[in-house]
Amino acid sequence: MSDVILSVRNLTANVDGTQILKGFNLEIKAGEIHAIMGPNGSGKSTFSKVLAGHPDYEVTGGEATFMGQNLLEMETDDRALAGLFLAFQYPVEIPGVTNLDFLKVAYNAHRKRKGLEELDAFDFEDLIGDKLEVVKMDAKFLNRSVNEGFSGGEKKRNEILQMALLEPKLAILDETDSGLDIDALKIVANGVNQLAKPDNATLMITHYQRLLNYVVPDVVHVMYDGRIITSGDKDLALDLENRGYDGVIEQYAAVGV
Amino acid sequence: MSTQVVTKPQVSYLTQLLDRVRESQPTIDRPWLAQLRDRAEAWTRELAIPTTRDEDWRFTDLSPLLELDFKTAEAIELPENMASELTLPETKDTRLVFVNGVFSKARSSVKGLPEGAIVGNLGDPRLEDLKSYLGQQPGSQEVFTALNTASLTDAAIVWIPKGKIVETPIQLLFVSAPQETPTISQSRCLVVAEANSSVTFVQQFVSTTIGCPDAGNRPYLTNAVTEIFVGDNAEVNHTYLQREGGAAFHIAKTAVSQAKDSRYTCNAIGLGAKLSRHNLEVFQTGTGTQTTLDGLAMLSGEQTADTHSAIVLDRPHGSADQLHKCIIDGKAHAVFNGRIFVSKAAQMTNANQLNQNLLLSPKGRVNTKPQLEIIADNVKCSHGATVSQLEADEVFYLQSRGLDKTQSENLLVDAFAFDILQRLPIASLRKMLSQCVSCRTYTA
Repeated sequence: MSDVILSVRNLTANVDGTQILKGFNLEIKAGEIHAIMGPNGSGKSTFSKVLAGHPDYEVTGGEATFMGQNLLEMETDDRALAGLFLAFQYPVEIPGVTNLDFLKVAYNAHRKRKGLEELDAFDFEDLIGDKLEVVKMDAKFLNRSVNEGFSGGEKKRNEILQMALLEPKLAILDETDSGLDIDALKIVANGVNQLAKPDNATLMITHYQRLLNYVVPDVVHVMYDGRIITSGDKDLALDLENRGYDGVIEQYAAVGV
Repeated sequence: MSTQVVTKPQVSYLTQLLDRVRESQPTIDRPWLAQLRDRAEAWTRELAIPTTRDEDWRFTDLSPLLELDFKTAEAIELPENMASELTLPETKDTRLVFVNGVFSKARSSVKGLPEGAIVGNLGDPRLEDLKSYLGQQPGSQEVFTALNTASLTDAAIVWIPKGKIVETPIQLLFVSAPQETPTISQSRCLVVAEANSSVTFVQQFVSTTIGCPDAGNRPYLTNAVTEIFVGDNAEVNHTYLQREGGAAFHIAKTAVSQAKDSRYTCNAIGLGAKLSRHNLEVFQTGTGTQTTLDGLAMLSGEQTADTHSAIVLDRPHGSADQLHKCIIDGKAHAVFNGRIFVSKAAQMTNANQLNQNLLLSPKGRVNTKPQLEIIADNVKCSHGATVSQLEADEVFYLQSRGLDKTQSENLLVDAFAFDILQRLPIASLRKMLSQCVSCRTYTA
């Protein structure tokens, strides 16, 4: 039996007093790749932000266990240090902080948590040099401010670079494929595939089936109105692509109500 | 029966202060200097310390000043180790040191200057034409400027002759050594960059109490006046760094006049003092002049920092760029009043002004007033002000990568300040100040 990495039971959450998650269930085991698909407004991004601990989202019920720990009691940075990684849909620009410094501070925070000595500038530059290969990024991006003036594709690649560096147990990719041209999509997907290992797990949150041609999921979930209405294998994604969300939702939504 | 009410009008406070500071005599005896002092004395006697009813002082209340009787500070020598600590590595042999307003020959060194460039005090025999410059900038009748001139005893003078390019930066260090009773020191600077010359200088106000908690709460008053004359096609890069003690009052005036095609840049960094005010006035008097004003004020506790700037564009093809940033923590209060005046003659000019404020605490306060007055009809001008807090999404992004909340917030504050600090022309200063930004936010 594989180890359970994430287990979410009957999770409910509000934003500004409006309930967005309405009894969400999900279990992800080591070595698995999951995809959550759903129309806009179904609560996909809310779910990813709740898992990462965004302060604007209020959990009102249910439970979430990550690597055996109660995720909902942990601060955002503790979740990250425990191995949870969220690749943002809209990565934040931070003028004045170089990408290199940012990556180094983040990496050393993880080292420190593991009781390891922090890496100095030289060792870190060697390490990051290898990681740049994963997403085919030019080293010149390291000396620019975090995400400032990056194109959409560059921002997403920068997210995968951080993921490659921090080696999370669970990587959540929030709409990482949206807005990418096909070349950038291939690079990002290739990076994700390289990083998927038997002892970690990946959760892709996406609106489009396209990404799933490049990163093949073990399980596909369809989300609608704050909960998962059906799950299946990769063929479910193709079914969605052919019939559209309306058809699938019509078929399954009634069951859950 | 009538009751006699005894009032203590402010005029008398200023008069008393003036009487005390007038006792100090100038280091040189020149009729023009005596005349300059006497004329300023006469102006001062007609003036009063401004109150919040004066438009220019609406947001900065000077009444705490009136509760203290400042006496002229004693001349003391700065310990050697402190002097070397305060000296920048780049300016080891291009520096003047003044302690409590008095020139310290022993701690100054100008042997690193190129031939022809004069950096010295009022008594320097090579300085012949001071009277055409000293006290000649507009605005000399403003109360604190007049007070400074009325009691002018010495001055730091930088004189760069025609065509001379001074590559090494110059440091003008004004150290206050507060005493047990409140003291006043009035420093004076004169910078003359003749045609086609170039110079970079750092004007630094510090206190001997930095890092000394016992003496840090001793109040004192610094009243500084700096006059800068930038000649045709000359270039002056000025860094003004204010790190006065925690109980200090710091009032400074910088008046600049720019001849045609000249470039003037001011990087004004304010970290210290309980109450500080910087009046920065630039007059473009020739065509094609460029003015760049960058500022950063970082405040916490109950500090007040007030910057009043004015740029007067009075000839065609001039440009002015201003970015002033404030970081406000605790119950601190930042004031920015930036005025850009574009006269009828100043056609085809370009002026941009932006004031950005970062409020780190709910009790912090900002009053900002960017102000454009345009009479010319063919110009490009913009101005604006922003007041913001740390972006929750930015903090969340950093935290989601494993940085804790404090670390994340500090990184963002550093980034806000970096924009200005990176413009400083001296590497050691950039490094020192970015450490200041970090450590200040760590302790906040």
